[in-house]
Amino acid sequence: MISVPKPDLVTVNVDGQDIAVPKGTNMIEAARLASVEVPHYCYHPKLTIAGNCRMCLVEMGLPAVDPATKAPIMDPATGKQKVNWMPRPTIACATNASPGLHIRTNTPAVVDCRNSVTEFLLINHPLDCPICDQAGECKLQEFSTAYGRGYSRFVEQKNVKPKRTQLGPRVTLDDERCILCSRCVRFSKEIAKDDVLGFIDRGSHSTLTCYPGRKLENNYSLNTVDICPVGALTSTDFRFKMRVWFLKPTPGIDPESSTGVNTEVWSREGVIYRITPRQNDAVNDTWMADSGRVLYKQVKAADRLLAPAINGAATAPEMALKAAGDLLKAGAVAVVASGRSTVEEQFLAKKIANALQASVSLVSRVGPGDGILVSADRNPNVRGALVTGLISALPEQKLTALAAAIDAGSVTTVLSLGEDLTSSGLTAAQFAKISVICLGTHKNATSDAARVVIPTLTVFEKAGSFVNQQFRLQKFVPAVPGPAGVADDLATLGRLLAAVGGVELPADLSGLWAAMAAAVPALAGTTHATIPAAGQLLDAAAWAGLPFVEGETLHFKPAAAPAAALA
Amino acid sequence: MPAPAQRRLIFAHIDEPNYTTDLACYLKHGGYTVMRKAFARPPAELMDEVKKSGLRGRGGAGFSCGLKWTLVDRKSGKPIYLIVNADESEPGTFKDRYIIHQDPHQLIEGTMISCFANNVKQAYIYIRGEMPHGARILEKAIAEARAANLVGKNILGTAYSCDIFVHRGAGAYICGEETGLIESLEGKRANPRIKPPYFPAVLGLYQCPTIVNNVETLCHVKHIADMGGEAYARIGTPNNTGTRIFCVSGHVQRPGYYEFEAGRITLGQLLYEVCGGPRPGRTFKAVIPGGSSAKILRFGERFKGKRKVGADLVEYDWGVEDVPMDFDSLGMIGTMGGSGGVIVMDDSVNMVEALANINAFYSHESCGQCTPCREGSLWMKKITTRMVHGTARPEDAALLKSVADQIPGRTICAFGEACSWPTQSFLAKFGDEFKTYHETKQVAKATGAPELV
Repeated sequence: MISVPKPDLVTVNVDGQDIAVPKGTNMIEAARLASVEVPHYCYHPKLTIAGNCRMCLVEMGLPAVDPATKAPIMDPATGKQKVNWMPRPTIACATNASPGLHIRTNTPAVVDCRNSVTEFLLINHPLDCPICDQAGECKLQEFSTAYGRGYSRFVEQKNVKPKRTQLGPRVTLDDERCILCSRCVRFSKEIAKDDVLGFIDRGSHSTLTCYPGRKLENNYSLNTVDICPVGALTSTDFRFKMRVWFLKPTPGIDPESSTGVNTEVWSREGVIYRITPRQNDAVNDTWMADSGRVLYKQVKAADRLLAPAINGAATAPEMALKAAGDLLKAGAVAVVASGRSTVEEQFLAKKIANALQASVSLVSRVGPGDGILVSADRNPNVRGALVTGLISALPEQKLTALAAAIDAGSVTTVLSLGEDLTSSGLTAAQFAKISVICLGTHKNATSDAARVVIPTLTVFEKAGSFVNQQFRLQKFVPAVPGPAGVADDLATLGRLLAAVGGVELPADLSGLWAAMAAAVPALAGTTHATIPAAGQLLDAAAWAGLPFVEGETLHFKPAAAPAAALA
Repeated sequence: MPAPAQRRLIFAHIDEPNYTTDLACYLKHGGYTVMRKAFARPPAELMDEVKKSGLRGRGGAGFSCGLKWTLVDRKSGKPIYLIVNADESEPGTFKDRYIIHQDPHQLIEGTMISCFANNVKQAYIYIRGEMPHGARILEKAIAEARAANLVGKNILGTAYSCDIFVHRGAGAYICGEETGLIESLEGKRANPRIKPPYFPAVLGLYQCPTIVNNVETLCHVKHIADMGGEAYARIGTPNNTGTRIFCVSGHVQRPGYYEFEAGRITLGQLLYEVCGGPRPGRTFKAVIPGGSSAKILRFGERFKGKRKVGADLVEYDWGVEDVPMDFDSLGMIGTMGGSGGVIVMDDSVNMVEALANINAFYSHESCGQCTPCREGSLWMKKITTRMVHGTARPEDAALLKSVADQIPGRTICAFGEACSWPTQSFLAKFGDEFKTYHETKQVAKATGAPELV
């Protein structure tokens, strides 16, 4: 039973089932709401409608009305309004819900349409699934299983088209597999704003290609691979590396900027093979930048820090922690925290700084925002540092205050939580005056010169959360285990806190969150486990006046003009 | 019954000695007087005349011109465009080309009257890419008309301004489809648009309301403005008013173009009397009555049913020869009046080979946008080409029919019908010839011939 629909809802009928859907919903989405799948290739919810694959053909009917009086015509047999069924099938993607619209998706006529479209798509298709990277997540493969005939009536020569075309630095095209759905063309034009793809030639000989002299090299090119319903566009990086059905997806957050793009990190047996976007209609829709997809390579990088060290000599974790604690307790300490750390780590950093009564600085990273999904703030979690109270003002690009304190002799020990002090503005002379305790994932000038080095985990190896530019708290969990001998960051920080005499906090995520929820007003009532998949918006009123650097990106408008624009 | 005399309305001056494309010649023959008078009338009155005339589009579909104009969105506040569809590409059709080549000012006058009636400020003539000569003639004629203040700003001293631009296509049949044409005119690949929502009357050229009319249709508008809609409606037969131009090609003694009152001449009269019948020693085998996409008729088949004459239902029992040449009668017997291209085949023609020719055309011209037409048209072509030049199989007939049945009604534009109807009708009417072709074929595969694609 459907109750009286709200004003913005219309009732449509899908295969005899009444369902109320928002006005303007197309019939593919309306059917989805009724748990009916309408197969399609060219339709993509975030792109304009092309209507060219013809896979979503359905039978459509409208309530019958008297043409003269506009009065409904009733069917005496059922007592309901009669439905005028259209003589021809209609594409569900371009048909929007209107009151009383009926569709049938399971009649013999509709199935015949799907069967014939499937046969047509397959006659010139190379059928090379065994060597195709798309196999396993290929719409053509899936729908061929459902609507294909299992043998071919096609005895002619197949069309020959270009293979292994490099459309750009990251995307490889196999034109013979292409079903000409034009998703990639529309994506480039509409989302990436880089109109570079098009079709040449006519009819079945139509061929996808780049415009003359152009390449598909924008920072969003790999989204075309994601949305390609077949194996025509493949990632040059991922090609032939791994069968997708062996891969395990883990929800992640792209750490490259404060946009907080939701990702899926695909791994097998502790090795990450690729990163793809995870749909979040409030953040990144179904897209992500290419630059965020290669970040997994840092996990197995050659310069990864794998063992604790004191004065450059490898040591046991306990020894390193003890040395770090002793140094911290002995000196006048400054903490250089990071906008790349998780909210949880920042909370612990704050506790450590409090215990030591140390000053805290954060290093800002600012780059040009691309207006799409890479924001100007290249730290994923500056707002987390604000929320946890680690900082109260926005970070500076260089550690000038810290440098001055070192010159004045008021700071003798620096605890660096994942930041490179040299590139953040400390000179060699200043460096020589201080003892550095470095927590980090990769070798850099700071780790080379540090008294104590404690390796930490990358974002792919730990659980945590970031607060993005919308003040949306988003969580992630480990996709792969960290390197042997590298302790979890929360454990490391917890033990450091204990070593410097702070109040010991639970080392596990849920226990820590209980403490955080109690201590941080914005996080009250929240636990890591209950952060929804789409994230949770925090009350940002306290920081509304800060001159954040981000400009407009997808689903984000800055409250005020960004500082850079004002200058 | 002897064939009626031709009634040359549109083709009045075609092939007339000493009749040139110059403005002076057109003016000498009373040119632009109709436009002069029309511009003194309220536009709504002219629209009414067209509605009363019952004029049906001459491009192929036979859609009511008055209704098309009525559907135009006039409330949006956007400009209304008029596009002259001069992309005459349907095989067998060659009427618009004669108008353009020999009487361009008739088209310009008809266009300007239509523009005035619809408050159009900018018209485009989209001319087929293969007609460069026609484009040059039109350019010159428009320049002349513009110089004489018949086109352009403040036409004939009135407050009304409207210009015409000629746009040459790049040689694609699909540009004759109105939304494909609009895309092409916008500078894009001529992929027809999905309808809904992109009906030209609402979201046409540059997303503005747009009227797309065939060359001949707009010429008829001039005559409607001249004689009045009611007088025009008395020409021809009810619901098939005015004259029709038939472009007869193929195996008749006198192929050519002939203009008759619509519905007043039968196919038999046209072919036997007007065109002189078959070549000596031959008999007619088949005829395609409305351009190559229309369904073929087989001489010897009969059509029975009931049709409306006035208020009564009258039984009819027609042979191919008895069919009146109008939209409704041809529609009743399962084919169409289309663009008026009558293609005649005598008994020397092998239907498999004829279909292979047609299929080659349509597979070459499919835009490639939507699946059934793109893949189906080429598949049918590959089958018929293989049958003719390679190995024919008895089962190919059933396969062809099955492939053709998977196309129409499922595509973005009417090309799906255009490319599948020939195969469907050839198979329905000459199915045996396809089934036995492997035994009877005369064309052997040439030695060393490349594999067919």
